[in-house]
Formats: sequence, structure tokens, C-alpha cells
Amino acid sequence: MRQATERERRVRHVKAVLRRRRRRFAVELPLIVGMTLLWGSMWIDFSAGNLIFGFLISLGIVSAFRLPPVHISGRFNLWQALRFVLWFLGDVLVASLQVFRLALFRGPRVRSAIIGVPLRSHDDLMVTLVAHTLTLIPGSVVVEVDRRSSTLYMHVLNVATDDDAESFRASARNTEARLIRVMGTRAQLDELKKEDA
Amino acid sequence: MWETIRDVATAICLVAGSLMSFAAALGMLRFPDLLSRMHAATKPQVLGLLLLLTAVALQTASWGTVPILVFAWLLQLVTAPVSAHMVSRAGYRTRHLKRETLERDELDAVVTAHSDRVD
Repeated sequence: MRQATERERRVRHVKAVLRRRRRRFAVELPLIVGMTLLWGSMWIDFSAGNLIFGFLISLGIVSAFRLPPVHISGRFNLWQALRFVLWFLGDVLVASLQVFRLALFRGPRVRSAIIGVPLRSHDDLMVTLVAHTLTLIPGSVVVEVDRRSSTLYMHVLNVATDDDAESFRASARNTEARLIRVMGTRAQLDELKKEDA
Repeated sequence: MWETIRDVATAICLVAGSLMSFAAALGMLRFPDLLSRMHAATKPQVLGLLLLLTAVALQTASWGTVPILVFAWLLQLVTAPVSAHMVSRAGYRTRHLKRETLERDELDAVVTAHSDRVD
């Protein structure tokens, strides 16, 4: 009887270690694939031998330099990702022209505001992605991140009225919604659906 | 025929991309304070670089170089916001901003509340 529990405990321990290793691998796999592709494209050589060598180097780098643990949802919707990329490029195009116009005609008289955007998600990765996307779109820059309440404080160009500020807040939260549809967790997605309904 | 179309497309990309750099320079010169200048300094390059790299891809016309161009753009996308954020954050913290250009500042209350607690 005692023997059995001992073995059970050992089996459980091994299973837990394996599970942890598998989860770490799931986080590292996109990194390894990305670095292997970078290696191939830098040599402009995608032959098997070169890619395998790049893969080994990536494996070495990933195991030598540990990343802080990130929580990934394990979900990735390719169709939504494609929509996100197209929307992003369109937004960047429009916003770039707007900033150009402001620089030309408004110049020193431009009014701006620092606006707090409370996000739904508390994941570090999701908050980082939203902040990154918003900063890449001309006209808004992240000044400060309140990690505890997951609020982004953004400097936004050309805000003159309360309506402008509110519409920016709405568009920032819309950006987060788009990212959740691409790679948010099930729970976040369900919350989003409830919000829309 | 195709050569001409390619050359015209390349020319359009190059001119439009350079215009984005021009917009950045203009913004740096004309915007009133550090934070609004950050917009001009970092952003038009997202589109500007994309256009210039597209021009390079059109002219080299070989699929082999496309991945490295895509990586060049992606790495720019990953790094540019980080520097923009760090400069803006440091600028805000060291009070390098003109209050009169701000329509509202929702961060001010948070920072004051926090520094009160520290004192």
C-alpha cells in the first residue's frame, strides 16, 4: 500500500515536470521558428542544411538566455490575424497622412492630451501588444503603463475637445478587442461577445 | 512594358517614402514640445520604411531578398515604440513638457497621488 502511494507521487511529479516543460516549449517554439527563418533570410539560403544549422543555433540561444515567463493563451486565429494586419496597415496609412497634415498646417499650434485608457486584459503580453500597436500608429504614444490596473496613459496628438478624447479611448479599446480576437484567451473572447451583445 | 510599370511603381514608392521622412523632419521642427515631437520623430517611419523597402524589393525582383526586407521592417516595428515610450516617459517624469499645449492630462492626478503617498 505504502509502496503504491510512493510510486504515485513519483509519477505525479514526473508528469508535472513534463507539463511544465511542454508549456515552456509552446512559448519558445514561435521564437525558435522565427530565429531560424531570420537565419535563413540573412544568408538568403533556405536549403535544409542551412536551416538545420540555424535551428540548432536558435535552440542554443533559447536555452542559454531564459525569458521571463509569459502567459500565452494558446489560441491563434489566422483569419483574424490577417484582418488585423490589413486594418493596421490601413490605419497607419491614414494616420501618417494626418500627422503630415498637422505638421504642415497646424505646427506649433497643435493641441494634444494625455489620456488614460483602461484595458480589459491584465496579461503582460496582451498589454504590451496593445501598447505597441497603439504607439506604432501615428498620433499616439504610450507615456506610462499602470500595470496593476492595466491602464495605458497615452499622449495623443490633435485632441481639442472631450469628444476627441472619448473617441480616442474607444478606438484604443477597439484595438485591444481586435488583438483579443486574434490571440486572446477563451474567457476574454467570451467577455467581448457579451459586451457586443 | 513590365519593366516600365515596375520602374514607375518603384519611383512612386521611393518618392512617397521620402515624403514620410520629410514629414518627420517638418514635425520635429514645427511641433511645440517634446511629446508631440516624438510623434513626428518615430511614426512616419513605419510607413516610410515600408515604402522604401517595397521599392528595393521591386527593383531587386528576386524572392530571395523579400524575407530579409520583411525582417528589417518587423525589427523596426518591434524596436521603434520602445524608444518612443522610453523618451516620452523620461520626458514626462522630468517635466519636459509644455502644460499649455495639453488639452487634458489624466496622468497628472495619478502621479501626484502616488508621490503624495511616498512623501
